[in-house]
Amino acid sequence: MSADAKKVLTSPIVDNNPIALQVLGICSALAVTSSMANALVMTLAVVFVTAFSNLFISIIRNQIPSSVRIIVQMAIIASLVIVVDQVLKAFSYALSQELSVFVGLIITNCIVMGRAEAFAMKEKPGVSFMDGIGNGLGYGFILLSVAFVRELLGFGTVFGVEILPLIQNGGWYQANGLLVLPFSSFFIIGLIIWAIRQWKPEQVEKD
Amino acid sequence: MSANKETFGKTVGFVFAVCLVCALLVSFAAVQLKPLQTANKLLDQQTKILEAAGLLEKTDGTSASIKATYKQFVEARMIDLDSGEFVEGNPDLFDERRNSRDKAKSDKPENDLAGINRRSHDAVIYLVRDGAGSVETVVFPMVGSGLWDLMYAYVGVEADLNTIRNVIYTAEMKETPGLGAEVLNPAWIALWPGKKIFDEENQVRVELVKGGVKAGNPYEAYQVDGLSGATLTANGVTRTFQFWFGQEGYEPFIAKYRNGGLN
Repeated sequence: MSADAKKVLTSPIVDNNPIALQVLGICSALAVTSSMANALVMTLAVVFVTAFSNLFISIIRNQIPSSVRIIVQMAIIASLVIVVDQVLKAFSYALSQELSVFVGLIITNCIVMGRAEAFAMKEKPGVSFMDGIGNGLGYGFILLSVAFVRELLGFGTVFGVEILPLIQNGGWYQANGLLVLPFSSFFIIGLIIWAIRQWKPEQVEKD
Repeated sequence: MSANKETFGKTVGFVFAVCLVCALLVSFAAVQLKPLQTANKLLDQQTKILEAAGLLEKTDGTSASIKATYKQFVEARMIDLDSGEFVEGNPDLFDERRNSRDKAKSDKPENDLAGINRRSHDAVIYLVRDGAGSVETVVFPMVGSGLWDLMYAYVGVEADLNTIRNVIYTAEMKETPGLGAEVLNPAWIALWPGKKIFDEENQVRVELVKGGVKAGNPYEAYQVDGLSGATLTANGVTRTFQFWFGQEGYEPFIAKYRNGGLN
């Protein structure tokens, strides 16, 4: 892998994170982070959709008439999302019941559209594909971090395995009801952004 | 190339081509995966019914063993809710959701406690037999509004058609995780077995109680702990029971068979 491709793949994870730096895709990060399993499946779905939408859009980037380019991007993204939804229904019925609505909403995830418009329309297919994977992983990194905190403190479990035994199941841990609710992700995402910017001060916006 | 790609004809042609390719991709995926999806859905339903009948422990959890156990012990039968009679019909083709949208096959309930708007004329119930072939459990499906949307459940009732074996909600719900969605918590599900639905006068008495059931009170046998932080979901569960085991639900059927005769 060339140094360029590697940079495209890894920089969205911390240096140019779509959620933490570009502040895109927050809505779905609130909705699907109540458990690690949901967050993981959502991550895989978004990685798949961003990677392939970037790839296909990049392949036809020189043919897309600019007057309809957004619609063409949407058509490709929407098709991929439907495929993901169908695959999920076929192979993991229980998860698809919980995630179905949010998988459909990947279409409106600004990250997918943003990468298609900002990157895939200009760059070659291979590097666009890498960029899609990188951004999907950057999104997933935040998703999984938030889900870890929410599931551990909200339900006392990680991936459904009991870590902190709950009082209602005979243990000692009083679950934090706030973290069960979607908006608690705002606090956690805020803390993550603060932590990253402490570590990499160049991300702080100038006044 | 880039100079003349903006003409009207090229734009229309391009959009058409993209749509065609996308449509092919989507329909291919949908058609190819359909059999797997249907199988998954059926398996999920059979799992819930076995769980409601308390037979899930008899399986080893694999799909083959669930299907085999279901086939061996469970018989789906169609009933007419108003008369309580068994009626002819293929239970496999019955779809409560489709029927309750069809004006010819459903009615507006007079007292819509469950908040379902329309109720199908027919229903499918599941007779679960023991090894010797006599009916041990009857599983009644029910549906009713929780806080956010409809919730679907299977209620396994012993042959006296009064004592609850299990109440299993399906994961297909929009209740708040950690609050209303606690109806899926095994600890809460474990509170149900042995509770009674009807009192001596055959009135529906079963209910969820806010603040927990007080030990020793005269209605203890009909009461189950409510869900803390989810009073509205809990009220919905109580009303769903009142509706489905009342006059407009399974009561006509239960009245016929509560003293036996079901086989």
